[in-house]
Amino acid sequence: MRELHVDTIKTTVKELFLEANYVIGKDIYRKLAQCQEEEESPIGRSILGQIIENDDIAARERVAICQDTGLAILFIELGQDVHIVGGDFNEAINQGVREAYKEGYLRKSAVNDPLFDRINTKDNTPAIIHLSIVPGEKVKILVTPKGFGSENMSATKMLKPADGVQGVRDFVAATAINAGPNPCPPIIVGVGIGGTLEKAAQIAKFATLRQVGQPNPDSRYAKLEEEILTAINKSGVGPGGLGGTTTALAVHIEYFPTHIAGLPVAVNICCHAARHAEKVL
Amino acid sequence: MGIIHIQAPVVSDELDSLRAGDIVAISGYIYTGRDAAHKRLIECLESGKKLPVDFKGQFIYHVGPAPAKPGHASGSAGPTTSYRMDPYTPALLDQGLKAMIGKGFRSQAVIESMKKHKAVFFGATGGAAALIARSITKVEVVAYEDLGTEAIHKLYVVDFPAIVIIDSLGNNLYESEPPKYKKP
Repeated sequence: MRELHVDTIKTTVKELFLEANYVIGKDIYRKLAQCQEEEESPIGRSILGQIIENDDIAARERVAICQDTGLAILFIELGQDVHIVGGDFNEAINQGVREAYKEGYLRKSAVNDPLFDRINTKDNTPAIIHLSIVPGEKVKILVTPKGFGSENMSATKMLKPADGVQGVRDFVAATAINAGPNPCPPIIVGVGIGGTLEKAAQIAKFATLRQVGQPNPDSRYAKLEEEILTAINKSGVGPGGLGGTTTALAVHIEYFPTHIAGLPVAVNICCHAARHAEKVL
Repeated sequence: MGIIHIQAPVVSDELDSLRAGDIVAISGYIYTGRDAAHKRLIECLESGKKLPVDFKGQFIYHVGPAPAKPGHASGSAGPTTSYRMDPYTPALLDQGLKAMIGKGFRSQAVIESMKKHKAVFFGATGGAAALIARSITKVEVVAYEDLGTEAIHKLYVVDFPAIVIIDSLGNNLYESEPPKYKKP
């Protein structure tokens, strides 16, 4: 049994949120540069140029890529042979978020009650924590600050099994295209198929975090990703929604077994500032 | 394409000649406002009170800036999605608001009100927040300080980069440009 102190978790969470908010992933950066070369619209090329310049400034000056530094979301794989010591695991994560957002000059965007009070919690907590217990004695922490311009354009639908591949393709493409300029295209489209309502949504979120353009290992799903990406990019929406051939950078599908009666589909839209960082302890 | 320099606020019809697609650089000062501030402004109007800011000829930027690092005038400050302000916007246009800066679709009701008042909707690039912050030289909180990032701030700007999305005639770049790149 390995012992891991909560302070290590807190510090790691803090460092990862700072890194994610300041430095865009190399995969996304390269993809943006490639798309700028291929983009047909002059306005689109100029928007992509601004985005790339913005990402350069943010990394160099260590300031937020986007002012919407999001809700703090974590996917944690906790080894079953790890014993967390020194305090409360969840509180350590929230403390890491608090310190990152306070000391890192990141915007606090969380409100305490969604409907009635809507009072800012002033430290960007609580974090949303997805925890899974895995074999071994390591802890993998993956963090993603998620902005709501794109989160608001996400959707779920409980399709019928008879709707099949065509039903999934149409729903995902329509969700991305109808969002138009709202989610800050070019977007990354995370798709969760199967499970239940909440399982589909959770794996859709996880799908947005895959390295850009890395296909699903199942060739049938990889082909579907490619087909939906092509359909979205033929829409003409373009960078910033101002027309062009770059509307989405990638479509990533994750799937899970489901019920004999169901075909849940969740579409989680992420903007071009698809921020995430991870570390294994 | 040339860049058109705009001075904010405006006193009269300076924005009338702008057309959707014009690239502009805005200098002067603009106010920030997003969901919570808009809600309060409208509640203020409905209760018959005086608004904390005179919006005649003014620009509102739909933004909630990140905190500024020491040595920086402003934290990252890109546009938030403007449709959330649609329910409140016509009432502010009635108060003389002349321009909005944001991103995303606007409702037909907002566009009709913009045409009536000859107002303009400028787009700033969503997510280019660190780049945009460079054009902000000074920030003051002018109302609703308790709202934090959602308070109404006065931003002094020099060559704030934007593009005309919807002009005072109702021409809309979100409608005219995408079809040009749509493929079969």
